[in-house]
Amino acid sequence: MSSVLETRKLCKSFGALVVAQNIDFRLEPGARHALIGPNGAGKTTFVNMLMGALAPTSGNIFLNNEDVTRTPQAARVRRGLGRTFQVTSLFRSLPLLDNVALGIAERERTATRMWKPASRHQEIKDEAMHHLAALGLADDAAMRVTDLPYGKQRLVEIAIALGLRPKVLLLDEPAAGVPSAESERILQNLEKLPSEIAILIIEHDMDLVFRFARRITVLVQGVVLVEGTPDEIARDKRVHDVYLGEAHA
Amino acid sequence: MSGYSADPRIRWTEWLPWVAAGAFFFLLPEYLSLGARILIFILFALSLDLILGYAGIITLGHSAFFGLGAYTAGALGAHTAITDPLAQLAAAAALSALLGLATGAVILRTRALTLLMLTLAITAILLEIANKWTGMTGGADGLAGVKVGAILGWFRFDLYGRTAFLYCLLTLFIGWWVVRRIIYSPYGAMLTGIRENTTRMHAVGAPVYWRLVLIYTISATMAGIAGALLTQVNQFVGLNVLGLEPSGDVLVMLILGGVGRLYGAFIGPVVYLIAQDYLAKQYPEYWYFGIGALLIVVVLFARGGILGLTDRMISLLRKR
Repeated sequence: MSSVLETRKLCKSFGALVVAQNIDFRLEPGARHALIGPNGAGKTTFVNMLMGALAPTSGNIFLNNEDVTRTPQAARVRRGLGRTFQVTSLFRSLPLLDNVALGIAERERTATRMWKPASRHQEIKDEAMHHLAALGLADDAAMRVTDLPYGKQRLVEIAIALGLRPKVLLLDEPAAGVPSAESERILQNLEKLPSEIAILIIEHDMDLVFRFARRITVLVQGVVLVEGTPDEIARDKRVHDVYLGEAHA
Repeated sequence: MSGYSADPRIRWTEWLPWVAAGAFFFLLPEYLSLGARILIFILFALSLDLILGYAGIITLGHSAFFGLGAYTAGALGAHTAITDPLAQLAAAAALSALLGLATGAVILRTRALTLLMLTLAITAILLEIANKWTGMTGGADGLAGVKVGAILGWFRFDLYGRTAFLYCLLTLFIGWWVVRRIIYSPYGAMLTGIRENTTRMHAVGAPVYWRLVLIYTISATMAGIAGALLTQVNQFVGLNVLGLEPSGDVLVMLILGGVGRLYGAFIGPVVYLIAQDYLAKQYPEYWYFGIGALLIVVVLFARGGILGLTDRMISLLRKR
């Protein structure tokens, strides 16, 4: 059976601190997979290793069954791996259109063109508008990021990722820091994402996780505690003890 | 403002510097040598703005390329039969580009203070080489007797500096045109992206390091051409084109004018060099004091330089 993203015995330690220990993980095509775990479980570290922003201490990462453990981040993105950031990481003083267009230009390999003005690359701008419109941001395209409320900034993160036309999308807490009314809107947008994109979502909002994900992996102190369907996870005693129990106590 | 949302057409205000330069040529013929010097430093500041203002590369060593260009033209003119000014410019551009590529490929893997120190070290090394290699550079005495032929075999450098001024003006115009194209291009927009958020640029698949090496090389080439112009106009080159001092001077000029706004590189050298010229005549011992005071005032009260201040004044007037 094929996987779009896979890790084998992935390990990472910072000195004596072990943040990932023998993580075996598979993401199926078109997956809606959630990675949950208490604070400090190593979830963001795991995403950073998948992306290539952080090198693992040992173990291997496979993207479309090719070993990409030593492949730089830029090359992984070109092979269809996209991400959003837990803490919004945008081009703050640039208009939304530019935020999305910069990524599209990288995908289209037009980002190093030096002569024709950027604003005359109509096909890039059209696509950027298309992604913004899909997330309900068409009216804000000319606004600078700093002039937008945080909830909308979270959506720009997703718009940029979509502009890369990823086959695999890593969403690092897409609803972090937004009020619950806005998080509902983010969930609605996530549910509209094309079904052929395999999605791994990290999220603390359990309501969102159980509505969105069809599989859930629980990570505790760098170790995979259990993996299963939302029902199995909800009934799992160990998960309640280390994670849900603590959260609902 | 550049990028995908910008209007790339040239606004009428963008022609003002060229109108001013034309007026300068006809109205102030006795100041043409100062004028040529200003034009050269505008080109130098423009090259710095590309990497500092747009790509966000912080440097105290930009004089390495300016100096290499200056000495390349000087050595050719003094030691060889290559006196054609355009050939000298081309040689200076090529060597500066090579140095930019070679040093950029090493130091652009680092950031912030490390990068700052490495850029400074490179120009300090070149300064020491120029100081010691007297046979080639004339050492501390400088290299006099640099022969520069007629441009295209036709336009001789005259005693009044008319040819020199127009030659510098034309070179600057081409440099400005190229820089403006780059800034408004997808590549320029991408550089702004790197400056704004490098992490995000990595995450959308940009090989950031190579992109920086490329703009560093382009900027080095321009700085080298500016240095060669200085030698050709003076028919002399001395150690003051290398090391911390000229790097600092051009940085101060750019900050005075406004970083990352293209025309800051025009305003800064004009103000700096005219103030220097005036102060040096009035107070030969204390003229740096005046420059220092000017810089403090601008940094404290006019963030974004003189152009930033102008922007704010215009928007205040519009609100009324």
